[in-house]
Amino acid sequence: MPSYDVIVIGGGTNGLAAAHRLQKSGRKVLVLESAATPGGAAVGHEFAPGFRAPGLAHIANMIDPRVASGMALDRQGLSYVAANLTSTAVSATGDHLVLEGAAGAVLKGNISDADRKAWADLRRQLLTFAGALAPFKAMTAPRVAKGVGNEYMRLAKLGLGVRMMGKDDFREFLRMILINVYDVLNDELTDSRLKGLLAFDATLGTWLGPRSPNSLIQLLNRFAGEAAGNRAAIALPKGGMGSVAAAMARAATEAGVTIRTGARVEALIVEEDRTTGVRLDGGEELRAPTVISAISPKTTFLNLVGARHLDTGMMNRIRHMKSRGGAAKLHLALKAAPDFRGADLKSRLVIAPSEEAVELAFNAVKYGEVPDRPVMEIVLPSAHEPGFAPDGKHVVSAIVQFAPHAPKGDPDGIRLEYVRNTLGMLEEHAPGIGDLIEHAEMMMPYDIEARYGMVGGNWHHGELSVEQMLFLRPIAGIAQYQTPLAGLWLASAGTHPGGGISGASGWNAAERIIKEARA
Amino acid sequence: MRMEKLTDPRLHYLTPLRQTPFHPRTAAANRMNSWGPWGGYTTALVFDDEAMEYTAIRNAASVYDLCPMVKYRVRGREALAYLNRLTVRDVGKLSVGGVQYTIWCDDAGKIIDDGTLFRLGEDEYRICCQERHLPWLLDSAFGFDVEIEEVTEEIAALSLQGPCTAMVLRAAGFDVAGLKPFRMATFPFDGGELMISRTGFTGDLGYELWTTPDHALPLWDLLFDAGAPWGIRPIGSNALNMARVEAGFIITNLDFVPVHQAVREDRVRSPFEMGLDWLISWDKGHFTGRRALKAEGEKGSEWAFVGLDIEGNVSAEHSLIYHDKKHEVGHITGAVWSPTCKRNIALAHLKRPYHADKNGNLWVEVYAMRELQYVKLMLKATVCQRPFFKPARRTATPPGAF
Repeated sequence: MPSYDVIVIGGGTNGLAAAHRLQKSGRKVLVLESAATPGGAAVGHEFAPGFRAPGLAHIANMIDPRVASGMALDRQGLSYVAANLTSTAVSATGDHLVLEGAAGAVLKGNISDADRKAWADLRRQLLTFAGALAPFKAMTAPRVAKGVGNEYMRLAKLGLGVRMMGKDDFREFLRMILINVYDVLNDELTDSRLKGLLAFDATLGTWLGPRSPNSLIQLLNRFAGEAAGNRAAIALPKGGMGSVAAAMARAATEAGVTIRTGARVEALIVEEDRTTGVRLDGGEELRAPTVISAISPKTTFLNLVGARHLDTGMMNRIRHMKSRGGAAKLHLALKAAPDFRGADLKSRLVIAPSEEAVELAFNAVKYGEVPDRPVMEIVLPSAHEPGFAPDGKHVVSAIVQFAPHAPKGDPDGIRLEYVRNTLGMLEEHAPGIGDLIEHAEMMMPYDIEARYGMVGGNWHHGELSVEQMLFLRPIAGIAQYQTPLAGLWLASAGTHPGGGISGASGWNAAERIIKEARA
Repeated sequence: MRMEKLTDPRLHYLTPLRQTPFHPRTAAANRMNSWGPWGGYTTALVFDDEAMEYTAIRNAASVYDLCPMVKYRVRGREALAYLNRLTVRDVGKLSVGGVQYTIWCDDAGKIIDDGTLFRLGEDEYRICCQERHLPWLLDSAFGFDVEIEEVTEEIAALSLQGPCTAMVLRAAGFDVAGLKPFRMATFPFDGGELMISRTGFTGDLGYELWTTPDHALPLWDLLFDAGAPWGIRPIGSNALNMARVEAGFIITNLDFVPVHQAVREDRVRSPFEMGLDWLISWDKGHFTGRRALKAEGEKGSEWAFVGLDIEGNVSAEHSLIYHDKKHEVGHITGAVWSPTCKRNIALAHLKRPYHADKNGNLWVEVYAMRELQYVKLMLKATVCQRPFFKPARRTATPPGAF
């Protein structure tokens, strides 16, 4: 049996990034992926005969540039059909507002000059803030403790960078960093389409409404990402997000990483208070001095490690780590192109009529119910390239918010109700779309949990909210990828800096492991 | 009308202190009418004469009402595994019918409380302790097939302590001659059951008697009838406190602040700092605080807990301790002039290394109240072995026929 230096549990993007980085550092790495294909949420699947979904994630806006260049993803075949996707705030009257360029650099459509100017100012400001925050994502979060290996020089430099944005911006930064996106939008803008789209983007993948405290930082986090080299841009990988997964898997394999699919880890092997390996569900035991869990921290500690190897206080914090998913994923197989009243099908179509509408859609899930009028983001990969649907037919990939992770009542009934409500909203914005549907697949947060192992169906493997960021991610005390159990490290999106198809957590974890080994 | 009011839980403030099942007897015996609160109950501090009560502990037989002690029942298939993770001691070594003194810590290895653990059956245990911990006990139960309940009110208990107590029990009809220290036995009593454990808080020969509240008063009456020839008497907390200092026993919130109640970061203590590291079983597997304690064991601790012998006869309770009469290096938490040892003794926290390597020049600053005026004394203190008093009769089996 071959021996490994490192076992990575979970072959999602973070697992693959960590594996690649560590293999390149001279370690022998084995990745264990429970699914048939590595890539996690980036893996596409056929949801109806001849129709392919692009992945649970369907756009790229977070890929860590260190991962992209370190793994040479372009050489591994990753390219984009759209490197800077346009967004359309879809109007039910056809009066669409189009945002072109990164973070809506140019507004096209019927909108007042005052709003154009206000948006230009706000956009500049948000991008400045996001730019100051972005570098923190590419490093281990500092901890508020002594002797924990904080990178003080680097932190001082970044801190200075934040301070150097200028007196006025810095004051505004401090004022706005923790407030809600709803207030910011209403302070500056009047156009409900624009406010609706921004409120939607801010709350995408979170358990927050636009009026929830700290929702602005979610928008900043989004703008701190990049795609195809453009800050705050959205890109569509050629072949769907599955191409990202495939390119990462190829890069890792080429570097020498062994990837075993269909291998579900059932438990960690703990001996003498040390992780010495893993046990697969078939009973097979695999050993390595370092084990990295690139799956949810909650699952890692609650299921794989177990209470008897951990302290009560830490177990409490892990149990209480919030991981509520509010986003559902809808895939529609259409027999012809839909018509969103003339909107460009190659753009990202956002149905979020106003910031109020987004807030109202959030209300229902607080009570385990589905909203009557959900809001959503739609991508039609089949409008860009063949391969997703038979000729002339189309695939709709939509993230529909908000959906309950713990529904009150029968989950199947609730799903059906949500499909109905979503189709109602779609019909309003794209009349006739209902008649085009050959097949529909709705993945509720609980379906996403069952299929992808994300606790609560939360994309970030634990909510990315202020109280669970930086030195509090996943929980206080273990924010630097190392766990109290010797030999066990974390690398999933549940660690800093969180999710999105990014690889940043995995890369950071690998860097930390390399640094600790040197120390 | 009044009864109705009292059953309404919102009116709990009308009776801030509850009465124990023995209250009709303790109230009748309390000639000094001296009461203090303990765990939400009214308990006697002194019945009639503190010195005579102390003397009963060391020379005859004494009865102390234990009901306010907090009690939890732990039972289930994984009770043993649960308790091994909760406490620092190896519960696997505790057989059915045995009792273990133990402590439990938080993640940082700081003491939450100490107490006694009774193994009542294969999968059933009882924890007795000073403070309430249900949330922590329940949180610790996550991942274990175990059931935890507070049973303080379901149990009536008396502590029967003193050299003549085995004889008193024999006269009462309970043969405990073969009962070894930290073991228990069950007897039929009053149509119910009486459990007798050879445990106590005085460092003397003694037993603790456990039954249900409905048998409380018959138990009290039986003991006082049977014990009359030996001069049995009820004792209050003051006399017990003297005996426990002689025995070197600690009390939560008197000798250390439990970590869940401490407000000041430097008030919490680890087992190393309370002289309780001997309890830790390093090879039983993981328990809460183990990693922090291992690190502390390697790195060293800040505090030490010691016994002090102080010159003179002025009790030094709550006094500060100085090195070379200049630098403050610790403080005293419990002190008494011991009538039995004829020594002025104390329990103290000392900063390391003043507990050992640098303990040659220690002084206790005592403010003695003499007719409304403090007199400041600097008394020489010597670190010494605990317990201060450890008679052979404490562990002799069968116990002596006094």
